[in-house]
Amino acid sequence: MSMIEFHDVQKYYGQFHALKDINLEIDEGETVVLIGPSGSGKSTLVRTVNGLESIQNGSLIVNNQDLSSPKTDVNRLRTDVGMVFQHFYLYANKTVLENVMLAPRIVSHIPEDENRQRALSLLKMVGLESKAANMPSQISGGQQQRVAIARSLAMRPKLLLFDEPTSALDPEMIDDVLQVIKKITSDSAMTSLIVTHEMGFAKEVANRVIFMDDGRVVEDDDKTEFFRQPKTERAQQFLSKIITH
Amino acid sequence: MINIFTHYSHQLLVGFGWTIFSSLLALLFSLIIGAAFALMEVLPNKVCRMIGRTYVEIFRNIPLLVITMFFYLVIPMYLVKINGFTAGTIGLTLYTSAFIAETIRAGIQSVDNGQMEGARSVGMTYWQAMRYIILPQAVKIVIPPLGNQFINLVKNSSVLAFVAGFDLMYQANSIASATFDTINSYFVVGLLYLIITLPLSYYMRYLEKRTA
Repeated sequence: MSMIEFHDVQKYYGQFHALKDINLEIDEGETVVLIGPSGSGKSTLVRTVNGLESIQNGSLIVNNQDLSSPKTDVNRLRTDVGMVFQHFYLYANKTVLENVMLAPRIVSHIPEDENRQRALSLLKMVGLESKAANMPSQISGGQQQRVAIARSLAMRPKLLLFDEPTSALDPEMIDDVLQVIKKITSDSAMTSLIVTHEMGFAKEVANRVIFMDDGRVVEDDDKTEFFRQPKTERAQQFLSKIITH
Repeated sequence: MINIFTHYSHQLLVGFGWTIFSSLLALLFSLIIGAAFALMEVLPNKVCRMIGRTYVEIFRNIPLLVITMFFYLVIPMYLVKINGFTAGTIGLTLYTSAFIAETIRAGIQSVDNGQMEGARSVGMTYWQAMRYIILPQAVKIVIPPLGNQFINLVKNSSVLAFVAGFDLMYQANSIASATFDTINSYFVVGLLYLIITLPLSYYMRYLEKRTA
């Protein structure tokens, strides 16, 4: 069963052609890592999957709902598709616990007791149970990102999108966040699409690697294949630069 | 000065009352109208945004006195008879609401756009995100500049004097022309305005500290 299907998708920002002829199929349970240089369209692609960016042409089917159709209830779709942002975007006016509990309460109408228990066990899973009463501004970036992951998991999504989840973090914080993501993606029922520059991490968690450049999918490979010997010259070039760093 | 207080205490009290009454009405309605137009200005819908923008630009760029005279002189000629107090209070409300809309709009837009994305990404509707995430953060930002608008509103209520609205300024004019004691008349009235605006100013500062 496929979770995401792109068919000839085009995306424009005004005159700028951000996504070109995207054809892609991602199956349930896959962990797909999306890499490529800045401005290649990775983030844009991920953001189209939960409707944060609209597409202009082609069709995009996520969890059996057609995002290119105006009839699709995007809010409903998003309850099944979690998103973790580069800059966390925790609600600044809510405590850590409330950040996790809010959407299940007002969107899914989960009973309060159950919601609280679920939120606390998610915070425990990401190692932040003790910060439940803190405000986001009182915890570190890495901790905020782990709360953001717990928040998206609280909706029990089938698909998780990660848009450079560690790019805004201090080097020392990155590992904790990657450990949490690893734990989540090892669950075979979860589908994830991860934009990252952490090649070591990509090697570890991915089943599949997609390399993008200039708005196109340049290479779409099995992980081992990709890291051993990329087919295209552009990907080879990119990898050699990143690995020598 | 004491003389004016004692001889004209009734008149001053009446003026004080009308000024407070007009200010309270204008504050309440300009806050409601201003908030409504501020929301229209930040809505994704283009038509709504244009309506909001137009309202704000019209009423904040015409002098308060002109708006008030319009309601005092022009509206009664063609539509309904309204007294000076009502015309003045309507003018004050519309004029202030444009500034309040501007203040609230700026407050909403200063909340990081990521807050909206974070909320929408877990399935909240636009209005849920507004209600639970954006507006509570905007309120904190908006309190200090809103306090300025409230203080301006109280002072601007002196426009009622031009349309026989019986407010403090009107009484000052009347006492001054009866006694020829212009200095003390206006001095007393100035003090009475301070009695309203200073506590208001302190209250807003207190709110600001409490929500910080």
